Amino acid sequence: MRHLLGYAIRRFGWMLLTLWIVYTVSFVLMRSVPGNPFSSERTVPPAIERQLRARYNLDAPPIRQYFDYAIGIVTRGDLGWCLRLEDYSVNQVLAEGFPVSASLAIFGLVFAIALGIPAGVISAVRRGSLADLSMMTAAVLGIAVPNFVLASIVILLFVFMLPLFPAAGWGTLAQIVLPAFCLGAPVAAYIARLTRAGMLEVLSREHVRTAYAKGLSNRAVILKHVLPGAMLPVVSYLGPATAGVLTGSLVLEKIFAIPGMGSHFINAALQRDYTLAMGMVLTYTVLLFLMNSIVDISYAVIDPRVKLQ
Amino acid sequence: MTDPITNWTPSGSSAVASDRPSLEQLAETERRQVLARLLDESREIRGTSLWSDAWRRLRRRRTAMVSLAGLIVLIILAVLTPLLPLQSPIDKDLQNRRLLPPEWSSVTMGSREGLGFADRSLVAELRRFDAEIDDLRRRLADTSDASARKDLENKIRQRTEIEHPFNQLWNRLGPVSWTMCRMRIAVFGDYAIPSLFGTDKLGRDLLARVFWGARVSLVVGVVATLVSLVIGVTYGATAGYLGGTVDAVMMRIVDILYSIPFIFVVIFLITFLGEDTVKAWLQARGIEQITIFYFVIGAIYWLTMSRVVRGQVLSLRNEQFIEAARTIGASPARIVFRHLVPNVLGVVIVYLTLTIPAVMLFEAFLSFLGLGVAPPDVSWGQLLNDGVEALSSVKLFWWVVIFPGAALAATLFALNFLGDGVRDALDPKLKNRD
Repeated sequence: MRHLLGYAIRRFGWMLLTLWIVYTVSFVLMRSVPGNPFSSERTVPPAIERQLRARYNLDAPPIRQYFDYAIGIVTRGDLGWCLRLEDYSVNQVLAEGFPVSASLAIFGLVFAIALGIPAGVISAVRRGSLADLSMMTAAVLGIAVPNFVLASIVILLFVFMLPLFPAAGWGTLAQIVLPAFCLGAPVAAYIARLTRAGMLEVLSREHVRTAYAKGLSNRAVILKHVLPGAMLPVVSYLGPATAGVLTGSLVLEKIFAIPGMGSHFINAALQRDYTLAMGMVLTYTVLLFLMNSIVDISYAVIDPRVKLQ
Repeated sequence: MTDPITNWTPSGSSAVASDRPSLEQLAETERRQVLARLLDESREIRGTSLWSDAWRRLRRRRTAMVSLAGLIVLIILAVLTPLLPLQSPIDKDLQNRRLLPPEWSSVTMGSREGLGFADRSLVAELRRFDAEIDDLRRRLADTSDASARKDLENKIRQRTEIEHPFNQLWNRLGPVSWTMCRMRIAVFGDYAIPSLFGTDKLGRDLLARVFWGARVSLVVGVVATLVSLVIGVTYGATAGYLGGTVDAVMMRIVDILYSIPFIFVVIFLITFLGEDTVKAWLQARGIEQITIFYFVIGAIYWLTMSRVVRGQVLSLRNEQFIEAARTIGASPARIVFRHLVPNVLGVVIVYLTLTIPAVMLFEAFLSFLGLGVAPPDVSWGQLLNDGVEALSSVKLFWWVVIFPGAALAATLFALNFLGDGVRDALDPKLKNRD
């Protein structure tokens, strides 16, 4: 337990370093845009522009701005005001968007695991059968078809041809099904392949033969002795999977008009809302870092041979 | 079996016991026969290089070979696109041809009224245009007045560069594509393939757009991958060869970069690059936005490559051939690029084939979000974006999504299959590892 704590502290240190780098690079890019965020709008009287600049702390020297903004983030958790969304602070946008994106991501991941692992187990146990072949072909397809292509096909099929689900929006369960499916499908495909490969490897081990020799049922052997060992690569894949789900949610939120962080981020990027974009990048960095750390720790808990570094 | 190679003793060294007389003791003719036989035998021995071995293994995988063939056909078609009798990828027809379903009736080039072509045909218009230019040239040759000459020269340049009918039908053709378009007109005349894939919401032919989009998507995939290759191999090989503190620092940097969610940073970066003032600054220096786009994508995909290369170089740097090179005074740069890099080429190619689909997907992803290739350039991601926008209407415009989506998915599918095949063929150790 002691070294777990030490590991967590070290990881936290690395996260701060990474955040600082991301912050600095973003800040430099933000401030090196010639003019100021308001110069492209219709012309405002100089006095008003002065007030605007004071309001957004743009009249201080750049190095002051750099520290003021950083101190604001660290002490008050204040990411500043949006430049383009009226009367919204970045924190408010995050507070509104985060729960939506998080639930979409969780639905997607749960779906991916619920579909991927059984598919992998079945195709490993029935190796070479028709079920194996068709599921692995589906898995390759799932990896190759980008999720925005999948989303458009799914909309064509299940919204327009067979009107089973609503096309867009957020709030009801029926509205979550399609985006979560599209988000989870590529991840499910990877998980299925990893599970299958892991299962095949464990199935050929000695302890499995012993378990069969003891007279255990096929079901008990697979579920108790093979599956846990085969899950290791899947667990280590969950870190990249989270990254994939977060990226995927950028496009899917756009396609399905879901008011999550992703669609805000894209809009911020398209409308050059620098503070919002910066806040989003920092949030995503923290999210990914946390998820990767959790995956690493759980990996070490599951497999005692793994040492945390 | 007596092996001539092991039994043959060179230049009189009689130290090796042999039941055959050494070459010197044989008569001239016999000696020739022995040597000829040796030569014949050595000709029959074929060394199996890593590459021929890998090729043999790759050829046995039917999926990989089918993918390879498909990709080669795709590349040839993409290269030859200007030669194919396709419709214009950018000419809009808002009145008559918006969102037409796939159809079989062929189209005459330049027949849209709004273009104002002579006889509503591209061939006739070209003839008229060339005649006009010839006329201007003749007048230029006739006049001797300096200012009049200058006026005429300007007029000719403006007419050929801006008002040429090609510029209304195609977007910024390079010199090669221009010549190819000329050849195509010479061969096919005004004939154009019917809109087999239908038309999009601005009345542009989708088949032509998918073909022209393939060019952009493939070029992005290849160029960005090459950028990542150069950075990754150089970085990884340097770190691995130098070792010690330098290696530790360089790899720590890679670790930090790994934990940055690059897709988000890139989107942020593209936000910045899209700013009007930055755009103007870049244009003043002759840098196109799409070039930066290639480099940005390439610059984020080098991390894995550098790690892999470094690992390989670490295991190679203490081998004897490196020591030999060092002994005869080869510089570190020479050792890295002439001796180490060729030896890690196998692994590099494996990662290359897996990077290309990832990069193409990323380009499609960014273009889909409206952050990538900007119109009037076309790419598959952008076509899909248009398609999805058209989808959310009342009628079922399936073709605007299905055809670009199928093109992208099939290409990525083939690239993934080929990548898997190449990996298994070149690096059997990596087999079954995902």
